[in-house]
Amino acid sequence: MSVEARERRQPWILLSPALTAITLLLFIPLLFIVVYSFWLRTAVGGVEVTFSTENWEQALTDPFYRYILFSTLRIAIITTLFCAILGYPAAYFIARAKGNRTILLLLLMLPFWISYIIRTMSWINILGVSGAVNTSLLSLGIVTEPVQMLYNEATVILGLVHFLLPFMVLNVYVSVEGIDRSLEDAACSLGATRLEAFREVTLPLSLPGLAAGGLLCFVLAAGTYITPLILGGPRDAMFANLVFEAIITQLNWPLGSALSLLLLVVLGAVVAVYNHFLGMSQLSRGLA
Amino acid sequence: MRRLMPTGWGLIRGYAILVYLFMFLPVAVVVLLSFNASQFGSFPMTGLSLRWFEALWQNEAVLRAFRTSFLLGTLTAIISTTLGVLASLAMVRYQVPGRNLIAVVLIAPILIPEVVLAVALLLFLQVLGIPKSFFLLLMGHVIFTLPFVILVVQARLVGIRREYEEAALSLGASPRQTFFAVTLPLLAPAIFAGMLFAFTISFDDITGTLFWKPGGVETVPTQIFAMLRHSISPEINALGTVMIVLTVGVPLLGAAIARRMAMQRGA
Repeated sequence: MSVEARERRQPWILLSPALTAITLLLFIPLLFIVVYSFWLRTAVGGVEVTFSTENWEQALTDPFYRYILFSTLRIAIITTLFCAILGYPAAYFIARAKGNRTILLLLLMLPFWISYIIRTMSWINILGVSGAVNTSLLSLGIVTEPVQMLYNEATVILGLVHFLLPFMVLNVYVSVEGIDRSLEDAACSLGATRLEAFREVTLPLSLPGLAAGGLLCFVLAAGTYITPLILGGPRDAMFANLVFEAIITQLNWPLGSALSLLLLVVLGAVVAVYNHFLGMSQLSRGLA
Repeated sequence: MRRLMPTGWGLIRGYAILVYLFMFLPVAVVVLLSFNASQFGSFPMTGLSLRWFEALWQNEAVLRAFRTSFLLGTLTAIISTTLGVLASLAMVRYQVPGRNLIAVVLIAPILIPEVVLAVALLLFLQVLGIPKSFFLLLMGHVIFTLPFVILVVQARLVGIRREYEEAALSLGASPRQTFFAVTLPLLAPAIFAGMLFAFTISFDDITGTLFWKPGGVETVPTQIFAMLRHSISPEINALGTVMIVLTVGVPLLGAAIARRMAMQRGA
């Protein structure tokens, strides 16, 4: 074999284990559940190989499923907005701070490394019946009985914001950090106030980072089922909880396939819209 | 800047401090309560004690979960980093036709919601006759840690110049000698960072794990989840403190070691 031919083959040899793994463990299984979603569960719990649109009809028309789908999207949108409101100023502060920016960023990214389930359950210690807030209120005599603050949609959103905020901060930080400071100074020297300079120069230039962080927060929030199980009440299920119920509890795998594909399509549509307007490059910058 | 708008900047700083508090307070409370002496492990605290850590140490289910998580995380790190380093070498070092498409394929497992990935893998392997097992768990963890490993390793590989290897080859080293004497030592920090990342993500995962784990097998997160279903006992806070120390301490330690390795290389 010539040197060039070997040189050409080399990258494919290096790539083949990873590409094989992704094909076998992701792409083929995804195609497979597309097929599976048209099969039916039999009365005895087995699976009938057939072509039926029953699962899809149920997934698309059942009012309960639709209600859960919309409340999932609502929760994801509110979570994303809160992440932006909390995360943008914090990221701006880190990017423009005079001190050691790496330490400031690392400090805010630390919770990112702390176990997701621990961070989620930590709110029970704060808001639970015998948590920090209730104990304080009782000992101050403001209330006579513990207030029930947990297990509703608001606490689900709180848990999600706490979980996803670092993703937003990181993306906005990368974006603001890349903006030349002298642009703002130039705007000021031309007569703009600090606030105007920010509004007219820095904010528009940092929007790609905000959008990338927003997309990550939205997609990750909309795909979660653990947070509602820990911090939500029985009526605060999200769409991924339906998938979990169908697959693990009811063992209705064809229906579970259809439901998870529906979630994939809805979230895929959001990503596609994002990609159409902004492209994926900002996103991979934020991830790496 | 500050001279012009001291109040504005002060406001932003105050706001940022509140955001920091929001991120850290709940976690701090977990650590605080894990040392609580009171019987119910809630406020008000009656004193400091290590009793919940002792209880944890004697809890066979928790210890088993730790062993499972360590084994799973270690194997995941080894396999995922091997695949990831090879793929990253190809992406950084060679002109690959269709590299944009390949780049998307390589990070596809994190572009797809983890729930969907979990369902697809579970059902596909079940139909192939592979039941819920440690093997399925391992395959799942490998596939969704792989993109993170590739992103981290690629970022580090860009800085390693190919001229070093070419110099070794031109001085008469065989390709094998070059790989072990030059390339591998240069790659070591990237490999290390990739393994650490994969281990931490695997150790913390619950979304996929709850789908894939066979009955009776628990990892640390699923064990915590199962314990939460009963009630929040101070033992969970103690377990949380251990997890915090592990998942924060291990990457910090790793970053320090990687920095030292990089500095030695530079010296």
